[in-house]
Amino acid sequence: MLRFLTRRTVAAAVTLVIIAAVTFFLFFAMPSDPARLACGKVCPPETLAQARHNLGLDQPIFVQFLEWLAGVFVGRDYEGLGHCSAPCLGYSFVNRAPVFNTIIDRLPVTISLTIGSSVIYLIFGVGTGVIAALNQGKALDKIASVASLIGSSMQIYFVGTLAMYFLVFQWQLIERPRYVPFTENPLEWAYGLLLPWLVLAMISTANYTRMTRSTMVEQLSEDYVRTARAKGMSGRTVITRFALRGTLSPIATIFGVDLAVLIGGAIITETTFSLQGVGRLSIQSVVNSDLPMLMATVLLAAAAIVVFNIIVDALYAVIDPRVRLS
Amino acid sequence: MTFPSPAPSPAGTDATADTAGSAEPAQPASAFVGRSPGQLMWRRFRRDRTGVASAVIVLFFILVAVAAPLISLLYGKDPYTTYGLDDPGLLNEYGYPLLPNGGISSEFWFGIEPSLGRDVFTQLVYGIRTSLLIALAATLTTTILGVVVGIVAGYTGGRTDNLIGRVIDIMLSFPSTLFIIAFMPVVWNLLVSPGEEMSALMSATTLIIMLTVFGWASLARLLRGYVLSLREREFVEAARVTGASPTRIIFKELLPNLWTPILVQATLALPLYVTSEAALSFLGVGMMEPTPDWGRMFLRGTEVYQDDITYLMFPGVALLIFVIAFNLLGDSVRDAFDPKIKH
Repeated sequence: MLRFLTRRTVAAAVTLVIIAAVTFFLFFAMPSDPARLACGKVCPPETLAQARHNLGLDQPIFVQFLEWLAGVFVGRDYEGLGHCSAPCLGYSFVNRAPVFNTIIDRLPVTISLTIGSSVIYLIFGVGTGVIAALNQGKALDKIASVASLIGSSMQIYFVGTLAMYFLVFQWQLIERPRYVPFTENPLEWAYGLLLPWLVLAMISTANYTRMTRSTMVEQLSEDYVRTARAKGMSGRTVITRFALRGTLSPIATIFGVDLAVLIGGAIITETTFSLQGVGRLSIQSVVNSDLPMLMATVLLAAAAIVVFNIIVDALYAVIDPRVRLS
Repeated sequence: MTFPSPAPSPAGTDATADTAGSAEPAQPASAFVGRSPGQLMWRRFRRDRTGVASAVIVLFFILVAVAAPLISLLYGKDPYTTYGLDDPGLLNEYGYPLLPNGGISSEFWFGIEPSLGRDVFTQLVYGIRTSLLIALAATLTTTILGVVVGIVAGYTGGRTDNLIGRVIDIMLSFPSTLFIIAFMPVVWNLLVSPGEEMSALMSATTLIIMLTVFGWASLARLLRGYVLSLREREFVEAARVTGASPTRIIFKELLPNLWTPILVQATLALPLYVTSEAALSFLGVGMMEPTPDWGRMFLRGTEVYQDDITYLMFPGVALLIFVIAFNLLGDSVRDAFDPKIKH
């Protein structure tokens, strides 16, 4: 396990550096000049040159990238802007603050969205999947399959907006989604995010229902399930101890993929519900041509994908002892 | 199957395979007709009622897309004219339709767009064109690229395979949505010289390029796996021993065995690209005004939904029906190709 983790972590680090490099070099094709942004609207040429120098933009691209990369590990000083401490992902001229601070500020919103909705869709998805599998071919199974088909075909920006229109504005059943930090007031936190959670869960539940149902059906016809039943175990024990355990690894796979695209998916969710998370931050940085910020969000999103891939692969071995890590 | 039962009948794989296979021997045994896999697939597909129904709906969408100019001609309106601005009796002072339900009337079947006052029906009809064309082109290019790379990696093996595998790994680690949003301005900058108007063809091309760049890797990885296992099979070995050229092996031995996964992946990819294109336009980096586009209708719809929810409903429901129909069609195509697969 340790060897596996080390090997994968090294590979992940290499991947991230490559992605950082590609992103960094591609950004120089962007129709925007960070120095001009830093300098403001009315910018005399001398000040512009000075800003460029302060940001290190007057150096070759390659040197700039290495400086940026070094900044991530040891921090760096920007002349006239101050120090940017250890994980320094750059300096945003739009916010006039180190990028890392803003991201740390916004990240809880995105994570809260993910945690809340995933708890709901995991419970409902796996639950309906098991019920559908046990009632194979009956009305309940058919209802579940139709519901999951419709659910998986929905788009957040349509269903989310409809939910806002009816539940918030027309019937006034719930307030407009907003973010209250969990540490401040857990109840407000859950209430403020309930609507996005439910909408996200409605769309994602379908995948889990489908996956759970088909794996469960397969599991129920496995030899070991039959053996357990022949030995006289109760139906409940057989299902929870044996059949359900077998369905865990495919569920872990899609759950890992869902968590991995956390930030990519958050873009649309946060735009739909006007929540100020990392997804929205990334869109705003595109609009504002805030390159350092954009670069940091891209990297963060890539890091999420890479890290969750490793976690899922490691989980396989934990869930299913037959899997050997290589 | 009921549960719990003392002796469970083998459900799942065997049961589905049996029911699907039992229809074939039921044919009169006297007439042994040799059927190609394609014919078998078609026979199985025709019996699948859901599949046929969803195929009809998908065909309907395609037909509407193809016949958009004709529909617009018969209907007497186009998606570009700002009827609401030309005729003061259609929109109120805030730019919202005067008539209830988004201004639906015998003249404007699906109502009119807030503030600009364009016709919603023709926008929707022409919007299918934009979405389908981009999605079809992206499906085609990703499939071709994925097939070529996948086969090359799987067939050549060794160092080439290793290198391609690494590239695929990195491509799949890219946060594609975010990346496309971030780099759309860059690509626009490269394709269009400053001061020049961005043409619809250009923005469509950019979208297709972006979707292709981030779309081919998963298919390539899948096909590489298939080729790796096929390569070791006897028939390929036999072909190689008899002196068949690599070209012949790839096109005559490997490719015919890959059609099923390729087609199945393509039916999965198309609705995905339709929704991706809509999402990108919704986020403001897809198709530009004035090209009619569903994603942009969503964008406008979410801006005005508190005052005019009707405008959002049409693209929303249309996209929902399209995606459902296409997903069902995809399931049926998969079943028809390989009755052993279950969902």
